Amino acid sequence: MGDLYDSQRAMRQMRKAAMQRGVVAVLDIGTSKIACLVLRFDGPERFRSVDGVGSMAGQSQFRVIGAATTRSRGVRFGEVDAMQETERAIRTAVQAAQKMANVRVDHVIACMSGARPRSYGLAGELDVSGGMVTEQDISQVMANCDVPEYGSDREVLHAQPVNFALDNRSGLADPRGQIGSKLTTDMHMLTVDATAIQNLFYCIKRCDLELAGLASSAYMSGMSTLVEDEQELGAACVDLGGGSTGISVFMKKHMIYADSVRMGGDHVTSDISMGLQIPAATAERIKTFYGGVVATGMDDREMIEIGGDTGDWERDRRTVSRAELIGIMRPRVEEILEEVRVRLDAAGFEYLPSQQIVLTGGGSQIPGLDGLASKILGQQVRLGRPLRVQGLPQAAIGPAFSGAVGLTLFAANPQDEWWDFEIPADRYPARSLKRAVKWFRDNW
Amino acid sequence: MRSLIRRKRHAADVPHDPAPSKLGYRYQRLMLTPGFRATVRIGVPVLLIGAIAGSWYSKPDNRALLETTIAETVQGFQERPQFMVQSMAVNGADAPLMADVVNLLPKNFPLSSFELDLLTIRAEIEALDAVRSASVRVGPGGTLQVDVTPREPVALWRDGPVLRLIDAEGVQSGTVQARSDRLDLPLIAGDGAEQNIQEALDLYAGAGPLRDRVRGLVRMGERRWDIVLDRDQRIMLPGDGAVPAFDRVIALNNAQDMLERDVVIVDMRNANRPTLRMNEDAAAALRRVNTTTGAGN
Repeated sequence: MGDLYDSQRAMRQMRKAAMQRGVVAVLDIGTSKIACLVLRFDGPERFRSVDGVGSMAGQSQFRVIGAATTRSRGVRFGEVDAMQETERAIRTAVQAAQKMANVRVDHVIACMSGARPRSYGLAGELDVSGGMVTEQDISQVMANCDVPEYGSDREVLHAQPVNFALDNRSGLADPRGQIGSKLTTDMHMLTVDATAIQNLFYCIKRCDLELAGLASSAYMSGMSTLVEDEQELGAACVDLGGGSTGISVFMKKHMIYADSVRMGGDHVTSDISMGLQIPAATAERIKTFYGGVVATGMDDREMIEIGGDTGDWERDRRTVSRAELIGIMRPRVEEILEEVRVRLDAAGFEYLPSQQIVLTGGGSQIPGLDGLASKILGQQVRLGRPLRVQGLPQAAIGPAFSGAVGLTLFAANPQDEWWDFEIPADRYPARSLKRAVKWFRDNW
Repeated sequence: MRSLIRRKRHAADVPHDPAPSKLGYRYQRLMLTPGFRATVRIGVPVLLIGAIAGSWYSKPDNRALLETTIAETVQGFQERPQFMVQSMAVNGADAPLMADVVNLLPKNFPLSSFELDLLTIRAEIEALDAVRSASVRVGPGGTLQVDVTPREPVALWRDGPVLRLIDAEGVQSGTVQARSDRLDLPLIAGDGAEQNIQEALDLYAGAGPLRDRVRGLVRMGERRWDIVLDRDQRIMLPGDGAVPAFDRVIALNNAQDMLERDVVIVDMRNANRPTLRMNEDAAAALRRVNTTTGAGN
């Protein structure tokens, strides 16, 4: 995994440089829209020396000075499909956001929803033999994790230590400085398709931007929509996006599982388009204006003009009742939610102490979705909106922007990942001075 | 033929899809770069203006034109009626001094006040012996106003063959041909006399009944005063306390008509021991009288 490990490390350096300059952009590359927010890090807590997350969940460090969204082009299932088109869409969003911020952005932190994420739980063990746990030991125990064969065409996107245990004491957040004999760790690793990542890298590079971080969109939605106790006690965030539905499960403020269902709002639209024989744009409009998942008697009488462009009067004057529209939408939404249910069951979500489910993303705005979801996913379902961050325009506070808002939090306070720790000594190049120092320290 | 089918275009059906060209995107990013932006907004106009001005100025005709234009503008401004000086007025000077002062002032009126160097004129006027101070200004109505304060001579100072008028500060303010021209002023002489005018004046003022007899005051050894009276009498005063010593002499004179007698010198230099010197005839007579009476005894 050396390649991405190094590039992730480089991205962290880039992020530091961006924080130094004070301006960084976040880019949520979705199937239906691309959102770009420009953050300025000049809040009162920017130079706080105390570690840990600052006040207001660390958001007082920055404010949003530019925001733009554009219709996504060339993205399917949350992956880059047509590179030129995606590049154009990214350019459009970045340019508009730059124009609003009136500042040039060079560093961008991106998230993507597709690329078939797969979660792995890893365990590692290290004998510290009664000594004090040092930073070096932590990186060593993470290096000792037995990594499964996840395939040569996949890359590690996130690798976060979720839990540390020292001898019989578990649930340690930071074991440094403590004394014990056996240090074990649990790590959550998320792998994605390498080609999807490479395509995204390439697109962003072609826009003259430097990638200062990469994250999974499901994770970002969970960061912004789950409240603190949900993250602590256990909750799942379901991000109903355009081309894919992201699932992330949180426990003890760490993401312990992430997955994505390759179905989303665009499939609902295409169902409507096929079922009613109308163009996709009209179908999208009808879905957003009249869509729903629970039909009532009133809906039989509410007729929607669906129009047409053929010149045939009969065809151009067609109407459907809202009940018919709901009849088309509901099976697909049910299918998506059932697929989510399957994924959550596979992850063992029912064993968590709290089984809160938060629906977010643009698809969660379908009226009556929470009622339908509580039938399929369990009783504790709520609709989630992203956190309010400073300077976010009114147009960008809806649930469709939970990924972008999560990215702003990620930019301000990223979770420690594997590559943030020191490189274990035995991974140094053979002639390294540090390795010699380590040998001396171990043998004298 | 016009199409019978009305093709209605829904704005929402065909989403507006603006995307910047790669060039436009790069241009915008370049213009948002602070350094580049400052260069374009300030550097380029300054450079352009500098280049145009330089190329125009490099031609000799243009340079000459510029110089004449500037000169004409300056002249036109300076010769506005508000700045013109039409006449002059000299105050506080008597006739001979007035003539001297007027000689120093410009004559070719009207002229612009920018051409008058008032400080130089004032310095020249004040350089005259008879002028203590002067103020020169351009007054209302374009008048060159010169106010002269002349020096007041308080004594005549005999400096070799020349009789100079000096004022209370010891500064010469003119000369006179003969002592008889200014009989109202005391005559002083001797080295360093001009530096102690005030003391001499005090002595002269205290002369009282002797005033008519005082011929002059002589500074002796740059230290003390002698008062010279007519009949070649001389009162030698001490360096310190000259005025009280002189008062004592006057008191003695009042009481005993001392100075009416054949005294040549009244020596008051030692306050404890005033000494008189008689003239030769009186001394001889006294000696003769003493001898006679002594022989008689």
